[in-house]
Amino acid sequence: MKRSIKLKRVLAFTVAAALAVGTFTGCGGGKTVSSSQPASPASGTEAASGSSDKVLRIYCWNEEFQSRFKDYYASKLPKDITVDWVITPNENNAYQNKLDQDLLNQESAEKKIDIFLVEADYALKYVDSDYTLDVKKDVGLTDEDLKEQYEYTKQIVTDSKGRQKGVSWQATPGLFAYRRSIAKNVLGTDDPEKVQEAISNWDKFNSVAVKMHQKGYKMLSGYDDAYRAFSNNVSAPWVDKNDTIVVDKNLMKWVDQTKEYTSLGYNNKTSLWDDGWAADQGPNGKVFGFFYSTWGINFTLLGNSLAKSVADGGKEEVGNGAYGDYAVCEGPQNYYWGGSWICAAKGTDNIDLVRDVMKTLTCDKETMKKITQDTEDYTNNQAAMNELANSNYKSAFLGGQNHIKLFAKTAPKIKMDNISKYDQGLNEEFQKAFKDYFDGNTSKEKALENFYTAAIEKYPNLKRPS
Amino acid sequence: MPGLSHGVKKRKSVSYAKWGYFFIAPFFLVFAVFSLVPLLSTFYNSFFENYMVGLLHIGPKFVGLENYKTIFLNGDMPKYMGNTVILWLMCFIPQVVFSLLLAAWFTNASLRIKGQGFFKTVIYLPNLIMATAFSMLFYAMFSDSGPVNSILMSMGMENPYRFLANIGSTRGLIALMNFLMWFGNTTILLMAAMLGVDPGLFEAAEIDGATSSQIFFKITLPLIKPILTYVFITSMIGGLQMFDVPQILTNGNGNPSRSSMTLVMYLNKHLFSKNYGLGGAVSVILFFLCAALSALVYRSLTGRMERGQA
Repeated sequence: MKRSIKLKRVLAFTVAAALAVGTFTGCGGGKTVSSSQPASPASGTEAASGSSDKVLRIYCWNEEFQSRFKDYYASKLPKDITVDWVITPNENNAYQNKLDQDLLNQESAEKKIDIFLVEADYALKYVDSDYTLDVKKDVGLTDEDLKEQYEYTKQIVTDSKGRQKGVSWQATPGLFAYRRSIAKNVLGTDDPEKVQEAISNWDKFNSVAVKMHQKGYKMLSGYDDAYRAFSNNVSAPWVDKNDTIVVDKNLMKWVDQTKEYTSLGYNNKTSLWDDGWAADQGPNGKVFGFFYSTWGINFTLLGNSLAKSVADGGKEEVGNGAYGDYAVCEGPQNYYWGGSWICAAKGTDNIDLVRDVMKTLTCDKETMKKITQDTEDYTNNQAAMNELANSNYKSAFLGGQNHIKLFAKTAPKIKMDNISKYDQGLNEEFQKAFKDYFDGNTSKEKALENFYTAAIEKYPNLKRPS
Repeated sequence: MPGLSHGVKKRKSVSYAKWGYFFIAPFFLVFAVFSLVPLLSTFYNSFFENYMVGLLHIGPKFVGLENYKTIFLNGDMPKYMGNTVILWLMCFIPQVVFSLLLAAWFTNASLRIKGQGFFKTVIYLPNLIMATAFSMLFYAMFSDSGPVNSILMSMGMENPYRFLANIGSTRGLIALMNFLMWFGNTTILLMAAMLGVDPGLFEAAEIDGATSSQIFFKITLPLIKPILTYVFITSMIGGLQMFDVPQILTNGNGNPSRSSMTLVMYLNKHLFSKNYGLGGAVSVILFFLCAALSALVYRSLTGRMERGQA
């Protein structure tokens, strides 16, 4: 009994202390804010925002840009500048929500955003807003700087008034990455041109799927693999002028094809980015190929293909898992997937630095060429890429293929006429809703119904077609 | 004697009454700031159209009962209510049966189970893990290529069983997790209740020749009814607000086909687009639902108490 009273006292004291500390920290935080204001002129800079101008604050959703920045820009960074990475995962619009909230508070915020990255799926949302700076007029890049970039990478981030609001270091034509060993076994050849010939349209693609099945392989890994190849070839944007959702016929073609593949066992029922999907790309995978985009080769496929990962001491070389067993071709339909654009945030207090980052990482021919040579990524500089396409450049990972040559051919064909600012949210919900249909839990109609429900929950201004 | 006690009573009430108010004041202050004001503002917000489309703020515009109309007309709410009740019952029924059994065993003087302290600690342990962490763990364990499927396949199953792609198994996993997390807590509550029963009653029943099942159903159960009702109410309110476990396990989607979407997950969907109007309306409906159910159970409880006292 006595002990429990003592225990209670200790507990009460701890709780009280915790509360008190909480209160005091609250006060302390408030005080530093107010007291740092008069103290800041001592630092000698004209910026009124305290020390935020000594910090380059970058918002993005994964480590891709971070590694580019570290490898190709960090050495140029002035010594007194530190970089603050704010990385929020993309899924469920989490990145956009975080970014939106902080952009809305940008004016009064102490920690000002300098750079943020956007994807094609929602680039328009930011391009058409006042939160991005004109890369020519405000940031200070010139037409001369930008002349080698692919036209579509500029178009997509150009607003209705003709102002370009972002720059990209990559061009992202879609591709179909296949396993050479399986191609040889089933199609009798692993030559990219002959494999491309065998799957050059959807009918041929389907007949190859049958052959794969007969030999015990899967054509695709999961449900969403082919999605982009269909969704980039729609005839109209996701949302029409009256804010009504338009489900394109081509998307329903994806639904029907995937349902067929699922019920016939042509795929492994995985979903993009999940463990099963990644394992299918690994050494023991039985899947013929994956729809990907340029960045997918180095950022995802390479890592997944290794038997012993780099983190565990494995080397990126032939013999480690499926390294060297992949090759790429165009696939049945032209498409693009992803791509990241660098935007300068309105209210940035590091404009000169932002310009230099943009210039080095997206306009400088030598840097761009080096990125491609080091990482196999396809960069946004036509001169550099054509040079590599016509050279004896070879990718060891792709079994000696010069994939740059393929992309140099397909990149200029990319069209982004039908993008909308709702693409990410709606693509995601569409894939999720139809997963239930593929799994056999709902009818097609019910899945479509669920899609509309989820879409309108996400974007309350949208309407279902009547 | 009566005079003396009267005097003591009087002095007590005079000198301590205001201190009583003084001591309970902090609670009412905190309640007003952190509960009452948000509650009232939720009611207020539910009458407005007010949401974000990306960087664009729409509203706030007064729309009267439009939000409530939307919710009742699209008919999703009863479905999610149904899901919530099913998920709760799937966890509550086995939980009560199991806890009663364990509590009866632990408190049974004639069984004298050894190492009780150890078992009590162990069954309570799952409750100490964060629901989200627990849910993540299950998500990894029961994924299509997870360890559970590896075991099943090494035991001779041909294809992995897709736990999270089937309605029954998804709901079953959610119920199992909630069961594991809460049965220890319930067991300890019921044990306290059973220990409060006069042991003389058990002895008398035994001498009269009652079997142990007769003792359990005729003596233990009726006497712990108040605590059972308490367990019922708290579990019901907790069940109506079920969120973290299904949210994490289904990635916020209530898969498959929204069959494990609970009421609060539905509410969360609206808060995602900062839709304060619709979200507010859902909250208000949820508030009245909880209040009505609690009042119902509370009345039946107090009614029983009065009968018991009379």
